[in-house]
Amino acid sequence: MVGMGIGRRAILGGAAVLAAPRLGNAQAGEPLKIGEINSYTAQPAFLQPYRQAWTLALEQVNAAGGIHGRPLTTIHRDDAGKPEDAVRHAGELVTSEKVVLLAGGFLSNVGLALGDYAAQNKKLFVASEPLTDAIVWSKGNRYTFRLRASTYMQCAMLVEEAAKLPAKKWALVAPNYEYGQSAVRWFKELLKAARPDVEFVAEQFPALGRIDAGATVQALAASNPEAIFNVTFGADLTNFVRQGATRGLFERRAVVSLLTGEPEYLDPLGDEAPEGWIVTGYPHDQINTPAHTAFRDAYRRKYSDYPRLGSVVGYDTVQAIAALLRRANTTDTEKLVDTMRGLQFASVLGEVTFRALDHQSTMGAYVGKTALRAGRGVMVDWRYADGSKYLPSDAVVRTLRPAG
Amino acid sequence: MENLLLQALNGLASASSLFLVASGLTVIFGVTRIVNFAHGSLYMLGAYLAFTIVTNLPRGHAGFWGGVVLAALAVGAIGALLEMLLLRRIYRAPELFQLLATFGVVLVVQDVALLIWGAQDLLGPRAPGLRGSVELLGLRFPLYELVLIGIGPVVLGLLLLLFKRTRWGTLVRAATQDREMVGALGVNQRWLFTSVFFLGSALAGLAGALQLPRESVNLHMDLATITEVFVVVVVGGLGSLPGAALAALLIGEIHAFGILVFPKITLVLVFLVMAVVLVVRPRGLFGKAQMAQAAVASVAEPVLGRAPAQLKWLGFLALVVAVAAPPFLAGDYALIVLTDMAIAVLFAASLHFIMGPGGMASFGHAAYFGIGAYGAALLTKWFAAPMVPALLAAPFCAGLAGVLFGFFCVRLSGVYSAMLTLAFAQIAWSVAFQWVEVTGGDNGVLGVWPDPWATKLNFYWLALGCSVFGTLALRRIALSPFGYALRAQRDNALRAEAIGINGFEIRWVAFVLAAGFAGVAGGLFAFAKGSVFPTALDIPRSVDALLMVLLGGVQTLAGPLLGALAFTGLHEQLVRATDYWRLVLGSVILLLVLAFPQGLAGAVRQWWDSRRRA
Repeated sequence: MVGMGIGRRAILGGAAVLAAPRLGNAQAGEPLKIGEINSYTAQPAFLQPYRQAWTLALEQVNAAGGIHGRPLTTIHRDDAGKPEDAVRHAGELVTSEKVVLLAGGFLSNVGLALGDYAAQNKKLFVASEPLTDAIVWSKGNRYTFRLRASTYMQCAMLVEEAAKLPAKKWALVAPNYEYGQSAVRWFKELLKAARPDVEFVAEQFPALGRIDAGATVQALAASNPEAIFNVTFGADLTNFVRQGATRGLFERRAVVSLLTGEPEYLDPLGDEAPEGWIVTGYPHDQINTPAHTAFRDAYRRKYSDYPRLGSVVGYDTVQAIAALLRRANTTDTEKLVDTMRGLQFASVLGEVTFRALDHQSTMGAYVGKTALRAGRGVMVDWRYADGSKYLPSDAVVRTLRPAG
Repeated sequence: MENLLLQALNGLASASSLFLVASGLTVIFGVTRIVNFAHGSLYMLGAYLAFTIVTNLPRGHAGFWGGVVLAALAVGAIGALLEMLLLRRIYRAPELFQLLATFGVVLVVQDVALLIWGAQDLLGPRAPGLRGSVELLGLRFPLYELVLIGIGPVVLGLLLLLFKRTRWGTLVRAATQDREMVGALGVNQRWLFTSVFFLGSALAGLAGALQLPRESVNLHMDLATITEVFVVVVVGGLGSLPGAALAALLIGEIHAFGILVFPKITLVLVFLVMAVVLVVRPRGLFGKAQMAQAAVASVAEPVLGRAPAQLKWLGFLALVVAVAAPPFLAGDYALIVLTDMAIAVLFAASLHFIMGPGGMASFGHAAYFGIGAYGAALLTKWFAAPMVPALLAAPFCAGLAGVLFGFFCVRLSGVYSAMLTLAFAQIAWSVAFQWVEVTGGDNGVLGVWPDPWATKLNFYWLALGCSVFGTLALRRIALSPFGYALRAQRDNALRAEAIGINGFEIRWVAFVLAAGFAGVAGGLFAFAKGSVFPTALDIPRSVDALLMVLLGGVQTLAGPLLGALAFTGLHEQLVRATDYWRLVLGSVILLLVLAFPQGLAGAVRQWWDSRRRA
């Protein structure tokens, strides 16, 4: 009977097809709802691929029987980049929609506001994207976990490479907000520890999204550094690269750059993508592990497009939540939190653990060099840097995280 | 030395592109008096259209430059259409009401651009023959930037020729000085306004198209540009082309050299400059007093009447429902939304107090809201203050800021005054943003939750109480002798002075009062959200307040109330209902603007009056 019902509905149209798995499983139990909040209208370039992969992962989880027979669903909300709107949505999702847990966040301040809401209202929050170290360390709390490799971790990965360079005089450029400032701070601290002979000759902090690229490039060039550490991304990066290339800023200089190998930021540069930069990123077309190939093929089949890093983050957030709910087999927040501490799950990048120590996942990033192939930027000589190897010692983390 | 010279050239290149956008805005304002918030959107459309056209035309000089010109013309046509379909219908509306309409356009364009061109940044082709750089003083400088440096002065020259040497230009200059007189002399104003809009928009489109070889085309171009361009236009003096050119030069060079000296304060540098210029020269560098405006303003606004008895009963009934119903409502979420609405009403009412009775628009009212929020939050964070003392401190913090900023702002008038409030708001914002040790920077102040006794319901009642008390107090003040004096100086400053009203003092006190009540709203906001971020005093919040007041209608005391409820309600519903909420919200705003040019409360009053007369 159920099979027939699905068949008839499927003919009626696409919407019914999407609803079909839910219908099939509805008999086994009420759906489990995830409340997901993100800055969809403010950051569409990263979040459209994220949301698509989220939907894909949800379908796969439900096709495989859901969570012990109960389908997993998501209610998405757009905070438009405003933390106060995110908090209002969180209130709605928790009190009206009765979601099991909260997830999402792209901007660091939105992530922190949601983390604080989670602590106050004793609800689990799985932060997928925000990079700020504060979300698990200085402002960390019992109810907040973060998936992506943090600013600290990605800086540590790059410092490992930067320390091998002969360069002694470094110039730094970063967007003027918390992420940029933290990245510069960690980079300086870690590089100085690894190479006491380096000095930092210039720092530029252009306003986020409003870089005056020509003047910034000129100011960096004037200090005549041997190497450059770049933290700008998105439109700032594009403009910085264009002006820097025309003015010869990158010639005979090593460049170490955060996130630049991510397709979100590398692809818009087209054939002007810089060559030989040491970057963290995501070489989507070259990772051929079984887990990643399956993910990439499924994504391609569904959206006729290749996955971005945002897709990986969205997909793995769902996988992590599904693993959590399967393991915990309850919707009680305290039990969920206890299960989440130390939870291991299979991400498309490999096995990942949410550390009990500080609620940071050990998801890593790819470190490599940029190159041009067939008129577009790619990553070469890359390796997967496992996140667990790029975190401070447990004793240091305990001092960084007052919440314990 | 070489580096400094090249930095100066960098400044010139930025100045040149800034001038192109600003020239269009200043021409439009000069003639139509419209504060065109959508000018940045036209600039963005210019860049996107140029990308599409240039990448589809054959490569080469004709393809590139032809594409740039075509994009500029297309944006000009869009601007002209905007004028004919939308703005033409609301010229008679109160001052600044058109700002609401242009903001609707901004929202619509944001989503339309996302739908057409997608989310990913687009890197346009470089100009043919100008890909490389030249060696200047042993350093490399991009050829295209040199060309850009040339284009600015050429466009300025052409515009000046157009205005000085053609009949059309003469008419535009005449209309800039006295619009009514030009109309009385039989000039077809409609055609004149449409053509001015075409020209101004085409300049914005040209500026956007010329960015193609310099910068990526992205969805943030509109708002990133618009504030800076407003600064240029105001610093130069509204309606003045040479002023805009000089101001663009000033801002461009300050940017270029500023990052050498203070690399971290590029965000606020331009606003500091604007504040200094406006304090020293209240009409910008080259602005002129508007004689015609003074004459128009001498027609007094209708005296605010006492509300009809039925309306009072209706208001009382609504209040009873607002107090008594929530405990029976399902779920905490309704309480959250109602609390947000109560805060929005108080915030809008405080802005309305200086905009309506005071006659002073503010583009930076979020400063006082945010300072109230930060005051309360920082007291909680650093001194572990309980909620009530922290809330009581909020209006004092905001009021103090009002005393300081107001002292400068109320000396100015019209858009200049509004822009000075914006400058101060941005300075306050950058303090919150940069003073990381105290304010937490953009990671904000966390953990500002209400005391345990203040459950969601109790907190709602508290917010409602503050909101009702605040709006009634503002209403009482508006109808007191002080309020009459305030309206007197708004309607005719000279006559008011003559009967012994000290306009400056009255405006200053009104400004401080408005700041204080905004601070109350801000304090409540901090505890309602549990955290405060610099977004609490950022430009979008100031814009929200303006939209609420304008949507409700400036002339009635009930306006901000209706406007705040409609705006927050619509926003809250639409965000949950659709991914394209900006498109829908923008369209709804446009429809409301066309249907109710007097604002919602104005429309209700009109309907009420006509019914009574019938």
